[in-house]
Amino acid sequence: MKEMSIQKEIIDDFKVLDGDLEMTLNYLMELGEKLDVFNEKDKKEENIVKGCQSKVWLTYKKSEDKLFFSGDSNTAITKGLLSLLIRIFSGKSCKEILDTKLFFIGDIGLNRFIGTQRSNGLESMENKFRIIALSNK
Amino acid sequence: MNSFPINSIRKDFPILKSKINNHDLVYFDNAATTQKPQSVIDSISNYYEKYNSNIHRGVHSLAEKATNEFEKTRTKIKKFINAKSNTEIVFTRGTTEGINLISSSLGKYKFSEGDEIIISEMEHHSNIVPWQMIAKEKNLKLNTINVTDEGKIDLNDFKNIISSKTKLVSLVHISNTLGTVNPIKEIVEICNTNNIISVIDGAQASAHSVIDVQNINCDFYVLSAHKMYGPTGVGVVYGKEKLLEEMPPYMGGGEMIKEVKFSGTSYNDLPYKFEAGTPNIGDVIGFKEAINYIENLGKDQIIQYEDKLRDYAQKELNSIDGFRIIGNSENKIGIFSFTIENFHYYDLGLLLDAKGIAVRTGHHCTQPLMDKYNLDGTARVSLALYNTEEEVDFFVDSVKNLLNR
Repeated sequence: MKEMSIQKEIIDDFKVLDGDLEMTLNYLMELGEKLDVFNEKDKKEENIVKGCQSKVWLTYKKSEDKLFFSGDSNTAITKGLLSLLIRIFSGKSCKEILDTKLFFIGDIGLNRFIGTQRSNGLESMENKFRIIALSNK
Repeated sequence: MNSFPINSIRKDFPILKSKINNHDLVYFDNAATTQKPQSVIDSISNYYEKYNSNIHRGVHSLAEKATNEFEKTRTKIKKFINAKSNTEIVFTRGTTEGINLISSSLGKYKFSEGDEIIISEMEHHSNIVPWQMIAKEKNLKLNTINVTDEGKIDLNDFKNIISSKTKLVSLVHISNTLGTVNPIKEIVEICNTNNIISVIDGAQASAHSVIDVQNINCDFYVLSAHKMYGPTGVGVVYGKEKLLEEMPPYMGGGEMIKEVKFSGTSYNDLPYKFEAGTPNIGDVIGFKEAINYIENLGKDQIIQYEDKLRDYAQKELNSIDGFRIIGNSENKIGIFSFTIENFHYYDLGLLLDAKGIAVRTGHHCTQPLMDKYNLDGTARVSLALYNTEEEVDFFVDSVKNLLNR
């Protein structure tokens, strides 16, 4: 499956960092910097991802039956995480998005971003992608 | 004065030997909770290993030993804050529960519609929300004292908002976000002159300044053991005996009763009237060792060391480009909330953690204060007696490296 392979690609990309937290965070920030410039006009309430300590915005365009996402965050590390999710979910149909199970995060040494830690918003970000997919189904 | 035995102190706290992400732990999150010396940890396990028993009602030896040790903590804390009597010391789960106890119990009889309560803009949510709750229930007005740009209580504003309807003032002794030491003696004096009940939130102050409740002359003083090298889940409400006597119980249940009949129940004497249910016995006993630890070092020596470390940190932190400290009162402890230009506190917190440095990030449970300064959060360094200038140096170098990356 395609999304499996993207997540495997991501895991491979991070492997070279050997679980070093500092290098992993730096790499995440670099990935975030590479995201396409987000339209300032889209930084409005309805695009905000709720439940993050950082501010996150997410929008999308629909082309045929595929969704293409763009996003931004006011923090560099969260923006890096967001860029990974965009890489995984962009260009997929709503059904494909809803069927995609995320497994990469634990495999790249970032378990801390999963679960109930209230400072992180990975789950909120993931949910926002799925909510958008559901509403476009 | 003998020099402060920082090396042996650091050995007393086993967690300080930890490696975090392959670095030595630098623990700068002491305003959230302090680490525990071995003596505290040992006394808790010793209780469970050797004399775990429910207290106050047992006739057997274990119950007697547990009761004695538990009550020794009460005597210890009574002396530590210079209360008049053990009956004025009520054990709780912490400062938050303490303030809820006071607001809820007083709320049952002391306030009527239209009465006013005063807090300040720098309060922790624990000293805001309980008052909002009682204000809503009883139709009271909740007023706030302005905080100045440098992070001080505006005393003139305080004097202006006092009215004949003001029934209570609840104020933080030392701000967990700004580090400001408030002039509580002066404020309490104004309260006493105007027949206003005073409540002081001492969560941050208890480990870093001398507490003398008779000298402060406040009606209530509230603190938490875990902010003063003791265990979590234990706190103290100090209350003047006369007020505690007239206040109705906060919770009902075991221990707080004298006699229970279906026709009516009479309540136990102070302080047990406010200690319903089996308390956190092991941790209360551990708390005694925390106070012993502070007393053995000497509070004056601790304060002297911490003041010096605060001054050093302040100077070094200000050498970081774009560094802005929120809270610049001339009377403050080693708590530094800060922002760095173009560097979000959330990124900073995670990146410092990768170097083994623990700082807190966010609004520090003081959202109204953040709103006042137009911030959504800050990073915060908060120091304690086991921190060192070398740790401050490592922190400052780490931040500078991050800025140059």
